[in-house]
This record gives sequence, structure tokens and C-alpha cells, in this order.
Amino acid sequence: MSVVLMPILVLAVAGLLFGLLLAVASKLFKVEGNPLEASIDQLLPQTQCGQCGFPGCKPYAHAVVSGEADVNHCVPGGERVMLQIADLMGVEPKAIEEEPSAPMVAFIREDECIGCTLCIKACPVDAIVGAPKQYHVVIAEDCTGCTLCVEPCPVDCIDMLQTPELLEHWSWPLPGTARAELAHERKYGHA
Amino acid sequence: MAMHSWQRLGAKWLAGLIPLAEAGVHPDDCKVTASLAITDAPLPPLLVLPIRQHIGQACAPIVDAGDTVLRGQKIAKSQGYVSTSIHAPTSGRVVKIEEHAIVHPSGIGMLSIFIEPDGEDRWLEKLPAMADYAQRDPAEIREQIRSCGIAGLGGALFPTFIKLVRDPNHRIETLILNGIECEPWLTCDHRLMVEDAPRIVAGLKILRYLVQAERCVVAIEDNKPDAAAAMREALKQAGCADVEVRLLPTIYPQGSEKQLIETITGRQVPAGKLPLHIGALCENVATTAAIADAVLEGKPLIERVVTLSGDAMPKPANLRVRIGTPVDYLLRQQGLEDLHGVEVMQGGPMMGERLRHLDAPITKGSNGILAMRQQAREPESPCIRCGHCVQVCPVGLMPNELASHCRNDRFEESEAFNLFDCIECGACSYVCPAHIPLVHYFRYGKGQVAAIRRANAFAELSRQRSEAREQRIQREREEKAARRRARSAAKPAPSPVPPKAEQP
Amino acid sequence: MSSPHIHSGSSSVTMMLQVMLALLPATLVAVWLFGWLALLQISTCMAAAIGFEWLLLRVMKRSLAPLFDGSAALTGLFLALVLPAAAPWWVALVGALAAISLGKQLYGGLGYNPFNPALAARVILLVSFPLQMTTWLLPLPIAGGADLTDLTTAATIFFNGIAATGQPFDAVTMATPLGYVKTALHSGIPVPQSLASYHYSALAALVGNEGGSMGETSALALLLGGVYLLRRRVISWHIPLAFLATVAVMAAVSHLLNPDRFASATFHLLAGGLMLCAFFMATDPVTSPVAPRGQLLFGIGCGVLTWVIRNFGSYPEGAMFAVVLMNCVVPLLDRHFRPPVYGHRS
Repeated sequence: MSVVLMPILVLAVAGLLFGLLLAVASKLFKVEGNPLEASIDQLLPQTQCGQCGFPGCKPYAHAVVSGEADVNHCVPGGERVMLQIADLMGVEPKAIEEEPSAPMVAFIREDECIGCTLCIKACPVDAIVGAPKQYHVVIAEDCTGCTLCVEPCPVDCIDMLQTPELLEHWSWPLPGTARAELAHERKYGHA
Repeated sequence: MAMHSWQRLGAKWLAGLIPLAEAGVHPDDCKVTASLAITDAPLPPLLVLPIRQHIGQACAPIVDAGDTVLRGQKIAKSQGYVSTSIHAPTSGRVVKIEEHAIVHPSGIGMLSIFIEPDGEDRWLEKLPAMADYAQRDPAEIREQIRSCGIAGLGGALFPTFIKLVRDPNHRIETLILNGIECEPWLTCDHRLMVEDAPRIVAGLKILRYLVQAERCVVAIEDNKPDAAAAMREALKQAGCADVEVRLLPTIYPQGSEKQLIETITGRQVPAGKLPLHIGALCENVATTAAIADAVLEGKPLIERVVTLSGDAMPKPANLRVRIGTPVDYLLRQQGLEDLHGVEVMQGGPMMGERLRHLDAPITKGSNGILAMRQQAREPESPCIRCGHCVQVCPVGLMPNELASHCRNDRFEESEAFNLFDCIECGACSYVCPAHIPLVHYFRYGKGQVAAIRRANAFAELSRQRSEAREQRIQREREEKAARRRARSAAKPAPSPVPPKAEQP
Repeated sequence: MSSPHIHSGSSSVTMMLQVMLALLPATLVAVWLFGWLALLQISTCMAAAIGFEWLLLRVMKRSLAPLFDGSAALTGLFLALVLPAAAPWWVALVGALAAISLGKQLYGGLGYNPFNPALAARVILLVSFPLQMTTWLLPLPIAGGADLTDLTTAATIFFNGIAATGQPFDAVTMATPLGYVKTALHSGIPVPQSLASYHYSALAALVGNEGGSMGETSALALLLGGVYLLRRRVISWHIPLAFLATVAVMAAVSHLLNPDRFASATFHLLAGGLMLCAFFMATDPVTSPVAPRGQLLFGIGCGVLTWVIRNFGSYPEGAMFAVVLMNCVVPLLDRHFRPPVYGHRS
């Protein structure tokens, strides 16, 4: 009898002890907020563009962690960010459906602006300044190129311009050798 | 016991089997212009002066289209600290100021000042010479060097005055004049030493006065004994007997600043530090000559010696060229009309830049223009781990591994394995039997890391702005609610008067 | 493409050809020692290696470009040189298949294999066919053996085995010095005595005129090839020097302490596959460390293991096992013994 009973007893006691330990530890080392959510938010480009279908980068991070969204919805982040998120979440990478567009900034054609402040309200990073009935101006270096200001403009005076390629920001492309291309295909070319 | 010559030969042969720690490579030096005296290049019909010809911030033009300028007149003023001015190379008229091609792998142009020479080549009337520099404040001399637009002519183009600070915490012990010129084909520094040694020595004395160096060394590779002889003679004439002329073995990249400092002083410049921090100052010989011109005669940097060479150059030469001379003009001067199957590059073949636009101008950093016959590049094959790249790397990197990390976008590993210590000398690519474009991978990796850093910094900024906005909206909402509550508490009964418009 | 715009002109193919050229003396000695049989073995192994490479690349639908990089031919040559002359044709074929498939293509081809393909194949053959892999023909210069200058005799041995020649087995074979000494030690005969009864001569070992694999026995020919590789900078001195010096030092010290139990340094340096392993196998670029300090440690490790296996293992020869074992730690050596980086010296 004891051959059966003893192991059961030992296991039960051990289970209880470890359970208690875990319970205490979870109280003692409680982490505020979801650390995974924060690390995913860290990876996102913070354009706050909403192309993922969520109102911003943080909400998308939350959605990914809670399983509501896939890892492949951040368009501006591209393959690199997707791979990093997939890695963090421990899931298979998934191809991004949309091609990220070239980096852009919003530009307000001042003479057409009526000063309605609707774009100012739409901008997720407060990168448009202006007062009611005054021209509005985009602070180009703070604009994330999210295009959220384009729709609300009642007179359609906002253009998305491609950011000029700066000499200082230019970088060497991957060498055009077959092996280099193969390596990148292996890394990023999953459907 | 006397050693027989065959014994010595045998010993040397055996030593050749076990080379101890010899980083670097021995490309054919191809210095076909080594014995050709420097001649003046003619003035082109149009000079193009990009507004940034140094490492650091671009200059601001201080002339307008239509202005007439004199030779040596400042036409663009330095902006910020790491910057140095630009001067008119000849007298003439400013035609326009607009973007023009420069020597850059991207092919992106730069704002440039176009000057049409009037042919008179008239100097600015009063040049601020300081022949009595030894009686003057070092700060004043540094300012003179700065305003004369002097940057490192070896190709790095670091504004020279910055290196000449007298820092009480870091005394300069060793002043090194770099006359190594280890790139194949190039002979501009070599000829300058042979022909203009007294001017270089004059510059050396100024540098010495400025930084109060105890030890001065002129470093020359042993394939230029005539340059060493000329320098020794000039030093003797100038009474600088204590300056040592060191002949160093010919090996690429001997002339790289950090490597040269280690060869001469035996100390390494710590990563992220300047030579100054270990008490060393390294100046190129051409820069030193330019300093002499600037201080003794007040002449700004408006011309430099350029080696025109290469296996496709009909008439190789060492030319004294005005800054701003278009490269294609020089090529035509040297008889190169048909550019079919010819590649033109600026600088030496190891670190030079291929020209994407031949109308790009000569700038302060153009030490050579090479016209080379186009050669098919061997395709990249798998690394066979022969380790030759590791043997030749003057920095002590493992290029094979680093390139693999860069190729696969593993940038964290690349950085951990010192990607940013790479000086891009090209020794690894030069020896790689698998023809892996190692340096290209490193440049790709560095560019990507820089872009990621920029993107991360911007993302952080955007995050802060976004959070600030959310807090603001939240605050406004709460304030609104509070006001509403206050109003409803104050006025229990509905008022016939409409409420005032809310303050935003 | 970025700078540099010039190249030294070296290429992987050239390096393979240089190694083959360096093996020429040893190959010629093999032909001198084993006549037609050596030629048969070498041509079979090389052809088989190239053939299997082609087959595998076809099966895996890879580019056929690696077929022309010379690596398969070199593997074939290496394999032939480490085989006993009397190894039958099917051993050569199995060896070539093992070298190319298990030794190389399984890992993704040239540059990715952790073990030297030829050595891996030899280990596989040795444990699979111990009899065939340890039957050492009497070399031609020693009178009384099979007449290998006769193509028919050589072909008979190659295709039908020694027995088919009708000559008594013991008359045409002999032991290797290492094997002889080891067996004698087991029967309690001290080393000096067994060497005397083997008629061991250092000169014979230098030239290669003794029992052993075809290309292993001539220390002189291999040394010649090794010096050529060193001069041409195909290999660096670190691995061979560390390897040989370690074996020499360990052998010399142990010999000094107990000459009856341990053979001398000269004996060990000239014996077995040490020279071939030190100059050609351990220096195989793909399977050795890339950085100098790692290479030194790799060489020392090979030396220690060789000496230990020779003196305490159950196999008489340990050089190839040593190299294959050390191949396993190459990634570790590469990671932890990097060159000092400029400006990071503390």
C-alpha cells in the first residue's frame, strides 16, 4: 500500500510547496504592466500611423501580446520589425502584405489652408502647429509620415512628400552578389 | 664568426616560413609617376566648389551669383566647430550656386559655388600673413589655420585646427609627419617631399611651436629613399637636427593614422579616443606644407597636388590643381578622351572611390585620379575559412565572421565583434580567395546600424510626443469634466442664459 | 561595389591547385613505392570523389559550380593517400562516397563541413573495414613483395584482393612501425627491442620505405610539400609547428623518463600519418581555426591527442583521430581566441 501512497503523498506535498513558493514569488516580484507588451512597443517604429488597424503603436503591441493581432501588421516597420516581434512572441514569422512606402513627410500648402485645426487634432505626435484661422505648419523633423492628417483636411491642402535623400543618411546597399541576395532571401523571403 | 652570404640567405628564407605577426598586404606599388616633377594644371573654364570639403558641418556661401571674387577670397564660411572655410581658387565671377555632382558612392550631389575664371588670376590684395608666428598666441595661429580652410589632405579631411589644441591634460609628446603614401599609384606626397621639402619643414616648425612636441618623426616608406634624403637635407638646412626621419617597411596600410602611431610610438589609440589622448599628433606632409603657406604667407588652401595615373591614363602626371577643377577636364588634359571600358576613381585603388559622375570636381581630399581598365569582378564564392583576412587585418578583426554577420543582418553580433573598429583599408577584400567583398559588407553593416540607430532615436522621440499628446488630451478631458461638475454644482437650476464658450 | 578596386589574384581554385602541387612529392613517392596500384587507387578515388560530388549536387538540385572548384578532386587525392595500397576498389568507392556525402555535402558543401572530408572518410572506413584498412603491402623497394610494376598484378590486387595473386599473405604484407611497436608492447617486448626486430631505420621512415598508407610514409616528401605551402602562404606556420612540436616534446620527455615504454621523438615525428596530418589535414582551412592563437591551441591539441592515442589508445596511430577530434572544438576556439583588436587593449 505504502508503495503507492508514499509517492502520491510526496508529490502532493512537493506540489503544494512549490505552488506556495510560486504564489509568494508572484506577489514579491510583481511586474507592473506587461513587460512583453513594452518590449514589443520598443520595437515598433512609433509612427502611430494606424496601418495595423489599431489606433497606435502601443495598442498594436497590446493586441499582439493578447493574441488579437498577428505579428505582421506593422507596415512601416517592415520585415525587420516583424521578425523581431515574431522572435519575441516565439511564433512563426509571417510575410507582410503591404510594401512599406518610402519615408514621407506631410506638407501643408499654406495659401490653401483655412486654419481649421482639424489636422492638428489628427496628428498623433503633435507635429503640426497653428492656431484657429491661422496657417498651419508641419514640423518636418517630427512628422512620422503617418498620413493621418490628410483625410480630415476639408480643403485637401496636405501633401505627403517624399523625404529628400540626405548625403549624411545615405548608406551602402547590400553587395549585389548572388550569395548576399540568397542570404537575404533566406532571412526575409518566407511567404 | 662571420656569416656567409648563403647562410644569411638561408636564415632569411627560413624566417620567411614563419612570418611573425605581419598584418597588411603588399600590392604592386605601380608608382609610375614617382619620378615626374609636379607641373601646374591649366585653369579650367569653370570651377565647381562644393560647400563641404571636410568632415563636419557644411559651409554657408557668403557670395551670390554675379559677384566677382579674387583669388584667395573666402566664398563660404565655416558653420559650427568642426568646419573650415572655402576660398576662391582664382579670380573671376560667381556664375551660380546650385547642386552639382561630387565624388560620393551615392551619386547624390551637393550645393556648389560655380566660378568662371577671368584669366587674370589676381590675388586678394592683402593676405593675413603671420611670418612672426613664434611671437604670437597659439590660438591666433590656430584661427589662421582654420580660416585658411585647411583640412587633412591625406584624404580624411578632418579640419586641421581641431587637432592642434594645446590641452593641459593631454600634452602632445610625439609629432608624426605622415609621408607614408602606401596606396598604390599615388605619388603626390612623394613628389611634394622631393620638391618642396623646405616648405614641409617650415610647416613642421609651426606645428611644433603650436603643440610643443618633444619628439618629431617624419615617417616615410622605404620605397621613397629620395623623399627621405630631401627631407633630411631640408631639416639640416632648417636646423632641425633632432627631427628623426624614419624609413618604414613598405606595407599597406602603413599610412593609416592609427597604425602609423602604433608603429612610431608603440602605443595604440584607445577605441573611441583621439591620438591626442595618448600624446600623439599625426599630420600628412601635404597638410603640413599647406599650414606653412597659411601661416607664413596667409595663403588659403586653394590648390593641391593630384596624381593622375592608372593603367588607362595616357599621360600620367603629378599636377598642381586648383580645387574645383572638374575631373573630366583633367582627364582630357592628360589625353584621356575615350572612356570606354575605363573606370575612373578618386584616391588609391585600395580605398578610393569610383566616380559616378566624371564632372565631379577636385576637392581638398582628392589625392589622386586613377583611370583603370575595367576588370570583371570574380563572383563571390563560399568562404573557405583560410584565415588570410584575419592575418592581414591591421585592426585584429575576423573579417570572415564579421562579413557573415553583416550579410545576414545580425547587426548586434557585428557590433559586438567590433564592426565599428574597421578602418575599411580593404586588405581583407584584397587577399580573399573567395572574392568576398568584405569591405562592402562592412559598409553595408555600418550604414544599416546607423540607420537603425537613427530610426530608434526617432521612434523614441515620436513615442514621447505621442505620450505627451495623450496625457494632454486626458488632462483636457478631466479639466473639462471638472468644470462641468463645478458648473452643475454652482447652478442647480437650468439657466436661461446660454453658457459662455469654453476656453480651449 | 565598394573599394578596394584591386585584388591579389588569389582564388579558392588556385589554393586547391597549390595544395595538390604540394602533394605531388608524396604522390610520386606513393607511385615509387606501390607502382601501378598507387595510380589505380589515386585515379579511382579522385574520379569517384568528383563523380559523387556531381551526383549529390544533381540530386540536391544545387548549382554545379562547386564541381570546378577543385575541392572534390583534392578530397579524392587526400583519400587515396591515406588508404593502404592494398585497399580493394570498393573500399575506395565507399571512402569517396563517405567523404563527399557525410564529410561535406551533408553540411552544405565546401566551407561548411566541420570535419576534413578525407579524414572523416578514413575514420569511417577504419571502423567499418578494420581488416582492409590495416593490410599494408610491402613497398616495391623492399624485395619479396608483389610485383606492382606489373599492371596485371596491381589490378588483380585492386579488384580481387591479395589472395587472388596466389602469393602467401604474410609474404607480401608488413606491419607499420607504430603497429609493430604497439603489438610488441602488448606482448611485453620493450620498444628498443621491437624496433630492432622490425629493422627500423629513421632513414627508411624519412623516405617512406616502410609499411603504411600510400602517401603517409614519406616524411621527407610531405615536409617538402609543407614547406612549399608555407612559402606560398597557403597555410600559416601555427598549426603544423604547434602540432609537430607538441608531439616532439611529449615524445622526448616520455622517452627520457622511460625509454622501454615510449619511443623517441624522432620515431614519433617520422612515423604514421603525423607529417601528412600536420601539414595537410590539420591545416585544412575549412576545418581549422582562422585566428593565430586558436590555430596554435588547435595544433597543440592535435599533438597531445596524437601522442596520447599512440601510446595509450587501442589504435596504433592517432594523428587522424586527433585532427578529427580537434575539428569538433574549432567553433569554440574561433569564438574565444580572437586576435586582440586595435585600441581595445585594457
